[in-house]
Amino acid sequence: MSVTLVIATTFLAQQDTEPLIRWIWISDHVDEIVSRGLQHVYLTIVTVVIGFLIAFPAAVYASRHRWAVSPITSISGVLYTIPAFAFIFLLLPITGLSLTTVVIPLIAYSLLILFRNTLAGLDSVEPEVKEAAVGMGLSRRQLLWRVEVPLAMPVIIAGLRIATVSSIALITIAALIGRGGFGQFILDGLNTFFWTPLIVGVVLSVALAFAADLLLLGLQRLATPWAKASGVRAVAT
Amino acid sequence: MGEGVGRAGGGDVNGLLEGLQWLVDPANWSGVDGIPARVWEHVQLSVIALVIATLIAVPIGLWIGHTRRGQFWTVQFANVGRSIPSLAVLSIMFLIAVKEFPSLAFGFLPTIVALTLLGIPVILINTYVGIQQVDPDTVEAARGMGMNGRQVLATLEVPMAMPLIMTGLRLAAVQIVATAGLAALIAGGGLGRYIVDGFALRENDRIVAGAILVAVLSLLTDLAFSLLAKVTSPKLSSEPGKVPA
Repeated sequence: MSVTLVIATTFLAQQDTEPLIRWIWISDHVDEIVSRGLQHVYLTIVTVVIGFLIAFPAAVYASRHRWAVSPITSISGVLYTIPAFAFIFLLLPITGLSLTTVVIPLIAYSLLILFRNTLAGLDSVEPEVKEAAVGMGLSRRQLLWRVEVPLAMPVIIAGLRIATVSSIALITIAALIGRGGFGQFILDGLNTFFWTPLIVGVVLSVALAFAADLLLLGLQRLATPWAKASGVRAVAT
Repeated sequence: MGEGVGRAGGGDVNGLLEGLQWLVDPANWSGVDGIPARVWEHVQLSVIALVIATLIAVPIGLWIGHTRRGQFWTVQFANVGRSIPSLAVLSIMFLIAVKEFPSLAFGFLPTIVALTLLGIPVILINTYVGIQQVDPDTVEAARGMGMNGRQVLATLEVPMAMPLIMTGLRLAAVQIVATAGLAALIAGGGLGRYIVDGFALRENDRIVAGAILVAVLSLLTDLAFSLLAKVTSPKLSSEPGKVPA
């Protein structure tokens, strides 16, 4: 604390002359911005893809076997509630400073969102529609892939959007162990009382979240041209 | 003791056991850095922030849901809120405090402000959706019975919206308790102290103990608010549809 105080007062003296953004800092750090950005994108993709690969089959199973809904929701609820940064430090002695230490808590966080939305999407398919499909001779597998998943797609993608945006924000925490993508700039800014990296980190992280959100929205419009995007309401948790 | 900290690859389950040993060591249960003191700090920070966030967000959410004004911006606000990293809000508040209010920067203030800001969007959106989803026909019927806007809100809309308002409070509480763990990064107290200090001192057991305590406190918060939601929900013959926010 006293060390922090000394640093604070030192930097405080420079604060009056310090502009909010030093543009020269940005042009000096282009390489680092790119590599942190790639790390951020990579972590996001790994998290959401693995999370979905776990949550999707679980939701399909639960939509057919209702007893499974409650236990799966409870387990993913607990994983969702454990703060990601605490989870990271719990894993630290086991998996060290590796990417695994970062990715496991992020996946754990995303499961509840992905599971509940996929299930809500599958549940939203009218029983009459399913009966008609079965009556037309579709097998269970065909029913799932040709009827249920396409009709559930808007809600499933709504869940993917929430999981993606939340993960992008959450990844910044991993800066505490040096793997936080743009979060590293936020932490650097905090530790050095220097606004420029802090602002760069926040702006880029939020911009990445928006870009990913728009991308998924566009994907949904392409995949389900019959659905009105505005009518979709996601299950946040 | 701290050799495991910097090691990539790891594989050391003993680290978790050391954390548990640290937790049951009586030496860690007393003094200003003792577990009860840190838990108390953590709870204080969280409760104050949650109360302020509730006092700000619930009335605004009720107003928006009741008057149906500003719905688009409420949804946008909640979405933006989700995309802003907690670490960023905390850091920004701290740097502003250091510059503008140096005498208060190293106390509770920047943490409380940051935690409050983080709690507001989720309470606001859930309150708004809770009110907005109340069946318009029922509202119409209540007005037909001669109720004014205030009565409709108090006797119909708020009770019907209670489950979602409680969901908002629960989500905000969990997020606030989690983020309060980061207060130690900006020279604040709370359970995050063990993690941040443990990392700096390369004491694995302290880190793990801190992480366990933060996780347990978050789970207890979630549990407490789930129970509270059951108590405050109106007893209805037909359950209102789960409308997510």
